[in-house]
Amino acid sequence: MRVIVDMSKCQDHGQCVFAAPDVFRMDANGRLGYVSDPHDALREEVEEAADVCPLQAIRIEG
Amino acid sequence: MSGRIVIAGASLGGLRAAEQLRAAGWAGMITVVGDEPHMPYNRPPLSKEALAGKAGFDSLAFTPKAGVADVEWRLGTAVTATRLEEGVVVLDTGAELTFDGLVIATGMRPRRLACPGPRDGRHTVRTLDDAQALRAELMRAGARLVVIGGGFIGCEVAATAVGLGAAEVTVVDPLPLPMAGPLGELLGDALLRRHTDRGVRFLLGRGVDGFQGDARAEAVVLDDGTVLAADVIVEAVGSVANTEWLDGNGLDLTDGVLTDDRLRVGGLPHVVAVGDVARHPNARYDAVARRVEHWSMPTETAKHAAKALVAQLAGAVPLPGPFAPLPTFWSDQHDFRLQSFGLPVLGRDDVRVLEGTPDGDFVAGYHRDGGLVGVVALGGAPAAVAASRYRAQLLGQPVLASHGAPR
Repeated sequence: MRVIVDMSKCQDHGQCVFAAPDVFRMDANGRLGYVSDPHDALREEVEEAADVCPLQAIRIEG
Repeated sequence: MSGRIVIAGASLGGLRAAEQLRAAGWAGMITVVGDEPHMPYNRPPLSKEALAGKAGFDSLAFTPKAGVADVEWRLGTAVTATRLEEGVVVLDTGAELTFDGLVIATGMRPRRLACPGPRDGRHTVRTLDDAQALRAELMRAGARLVVIGGGFIGCEVAATAVGLGAAEVTVVDPLPLPMAGPLGELLGDALLRRHTDRGVRFLLGRGVDGFQGDARAEAVVLDDGTVLAADVIVEAVGSVANTEWLDGNGLDLTDGVLTDDRLRVGGLPHVVAVGDVARHPNARYDAVARRVEHWSMPTETAKHAAKALVAQLAGAVPLPGPFAPLPTFWSDQHDFRLQSFGLPVLGRDDVRVLEGTPDGDFVAGYHRDGGLVGVVALGGAPAAVAASRYRAQLLGQPVLASHGAPR
């Protein structure tokens, strides 16, 4: 599974971090970082993260 | 499992319901009926990025999941009636669709002012078409905007208009502070000062008596006699649930459609409601059923309701547990963001500053019976991150056991 965040859309809401804390994280300044090739066992939480992104900036491939 | 589930409403709630029905194992037919001509699209940017021209209107469409590729979409078609026990919905074309399961996802429409004067020239902001029409008018040089309603939508539109260079932006509201209904006085006061500093004029404690103009509204008349000349008028005075089509089925439709704690409607096993039309209890707080107009609710309700509906249609036990989401919403205005977790409205009478000070970035805590029920950050991204640290505390409250019928 590949995770792609369109950083031109991302506005640092952090909802993905709450849904999938193993894949997404926020630094203290509120900027997003993420794992681009998470294990397939995390698929459900990554899908949840994509659903709750207010900017719909998260794409999942494979 | 075969047969058909009809989803009435083709916005975010309808889309998520279709996706979650597939995720819950429903292999039968799904038909989604929606009155707008568009595939589901994201509404929050309509008062912000899209209205400002920073995001194209064509960029707002959701990308449906692969699982819903075989869903039938009947767009530009409204549901006008239903016979729930019989399993029939009636469309505005006169056609009838039979269903084994029904998802109510018809959402809200803007409330309109009934006072005298021309209707033309008065905008609302709910749909893509609404926002496109408003943007065209705001782009005229020297536009004077009057926004009626100092709630979230009204204040977002006012902020966007200032950013677009409108000559005058005035917000009118009968209440003494903007957004104080859901957020209380501390936040209302902080928001009023921020908006005023950035060029929005507020006329508060005053209602609207009518509109002046010949073919088109060109001025707003207030209840103290003030006449505000306006090139553009926006009505942002709340919303009305689209439930008329459910009349005649013995349902409680006093404010949206009442559901039980599994989002089921009317005690029927095969009918559920999702999104902001659903008035549901939240087991995290109490047994009181409330409609919640946050962007997160269609997704949360659809996930829960789809599981309950598919389980019931399959005759499976047990059902999923009671619905108990942690509500969250945000609002971007000018250069700041409001970020909320929990249900601040429950703790509006006991608001404490948790971090920062109200003249800068800060986090406010809302308490009921001394316990934290909501937090709201106002400011930049670090304030929102600070607020999010209280999520664990908000999530730590015990979820109530299943209630009987909601009050």
